[in-house]
Amino acid sequence: MALLEVKNITISFGGLKAVNSFSVSIEKGQLYGLIGPNGAGKTTVFNLLTGVYKPDSGAVELDGQNITGKSTIEINHAGIARTFQNIRLFKELSVLDNVKVGLHNEYKYSTLSGILRLPSYWKTEKQMNERAMELLKVFDLDGEASTLAANLPYGKQRKLEIARALATDPKLLLLDEPAAGMNPNETAELMETIRFVRDNFDMTILLIEHDMKLVSGICEKLTVLNFGATLACGETAQVLNDPEVIKAYLGE
Amino acid sequence: MKKTSKAKNLLKGDFLTYLLVIVVYAVFQFMIANGSLGSLYEGLLVPVCIYVIMALALNLVVGIVGELSLGHAGFMCVGAFSGAIFSKITADMITTDLLRFVLAILVGAVTAAVFGFLIGIPVLRLNGDYLAIVTLAFGEIIKNVMNVIYLGVDEKGLHFSMKDELALNLAEGGKTIVKGPQGIIGTPHNSTFTIGVVLILITLVIVLNLIHSRSGRAIMAIRDNRIAAESIGINITKYKMMAFVISAALAGVAGVLYSHNISSLQAQPQNFGYNMSIMILVYVVLGGIGNMRGSIIAAAILTVLPEMLREFQDYRMLMYAIVLILMMLFNWAPACRRFRERYSLKRIFAKKNTKEAQ
Repeated sequence: MALLEVKNITISFGGLKAVNSFSVSIEKGQLYGLIGPNGAGKTTVFNLLTGVYKPDSGAVELDGQNITGKSTIEINHAGIARTFQNIRLFKELSVLDNVKVGLHNEYKYSTLSGILRLPSYWKTEKQMNERAMELLKVFDLDGEASTLAANLPYGKQRKLEIARALATDPKLLLLDEPAAGMNPNETAELMETIRFVRDNFDMTILLIEHDMKLVSGICEKLTVLNFGATLACGETAQVLNDPEVIKAYLGE
Repeated sequence: MKKTSKAKNLLKGDFLTYLLVIVVYAVFQFMIANGSLGSLYEGLLVPVCIYVIMALALNLVVGIVGELSLGHAGFMCVGAFSGAIFSKITADMITTDLLRFVLAILVGAVTAAVFGFLIGIPVLRLNGDYLAIVTLAFGEIIKNVMNVIYLGVDEKGLHFSMKDELALNLAEGGKTIVKGPQGIIGTPHNSTFTIGVVLILITLVIVLNLIHSRSGRAIMAIRDNRIAAESIGINITKYKMMAFVISAALAGVAGVLYSHNISSLQAQPQNFGYNMSIMILVYVVLGGIGNMRGSIIAAAILTVLPEMLREFQDYRMLMYAIVLILMMLFNWAPACRRFRERYSLKRIFAKKNTKEAQ
């Protein structure tokens, strides 16, 4: 049984079929890549998986649980967390607080005990701080815990977004162009981090990326989208050598 | 190590705010005791407390939720009337002034919270300008409805009408409590400077501790990025509503303080209309959006200012506007900000700490 089982999801905006009968099956622990030219519908697939859009038809199953058409919040509770193509951090909060917001549903105490600072507040806050610092350490951000998220350099903002997503303790992590805007050194470092996350957090990762070095370096399987339709699917090396795929990227 | 010092700084920031309120309170108590504060200014002490609480309540919505509410005077109005009605009805039953007043404050807070919840249901679906306009409308509706309410009490219980006093059909010996546009007359004069300051401190505890708690972080996360907050499983409606209701309840408390400070309470454009809502928004904006200490200072100064400008007579409002503009310029001028940063208490404390550490 695959962790994520997507069967023929389709969505149209007006007359445009943005995603047409998209299917994918991702095994637990896999590093899966979703690639394709600009406007192919990759981010739309992410939005369908996370409940931002509801598919017109088709089904999404996570770990045997049907999550088709559920709300973003329910899908996050079910175990999907994501990052965004255009970084969406909580800019006016500190780096630490960004991760602590991610821990929101893992560590709980009531609003009243927060206002009255009851023992449960101190206890849970301490656990939250420890857990958040652990996560920040993974991404080498622990030195900047008290910096405002908006003041972080670009590469670190991307990392913080991944840390925040991981804080929700997901089963599946969706990364939307994690290497966008990074220089080759940062990209290489990011590849290491993604691999580390997969191995140490026992994570399944689906990522969208344009950087072919990153894709061929870490993805085990790929699906190629073009104009909303699946162009190719399979082992990374095999897919990247597919003449159809090369044609879609480079033209005839 | 760095983290703990940050936490300490944060606490220090909050601590300074509490300290400021207490020190100012002590100074004014001292001035009242030795008679150096004129009766004119003494009469302003409770209004200052009222507007400080209002500014803090509104700052919770504007600064922390990040939505512009222009109807907060409406919640103040609800609190003022419900608190005053409670005090009038129970005047014979509860003879301890303080106990009755505390209960009246609770009644005012709860009633305003209920209104906050009911109004929040449609309003919080909107955002930005639309939310501002709709809250403005609700504020005006509340004020106008208060002007047509008649409420009386006799041995059979409460009588309610929206027509006129006769329609109440009161039995002999019954008394009218709310007389439509004439409002409520003869509310016990329970508000004192001390109670006002205690309420400010309670408001501060609620607002500041909320901000630094799990719920507060969720609220600010929604403000900073709604889509991202949703993607990590935060219930947008719940947390926005929570902050809105708490803010309405606090505005209700300010209302109770208001109605127990004057002998005749009417819902008029000056006290519960949109001018008042905007006045309070001015305190919040001038004090710094999201900055609670700033709200306190701005509300206090701007409440006292018109009295201080009394000697300018006809030019009073002109001077008021000029002072507002100067304050705004002074507040954000780069030279002034540098000065503040150089001589900020936080920095002085930090310097001391590093010296001690060495």
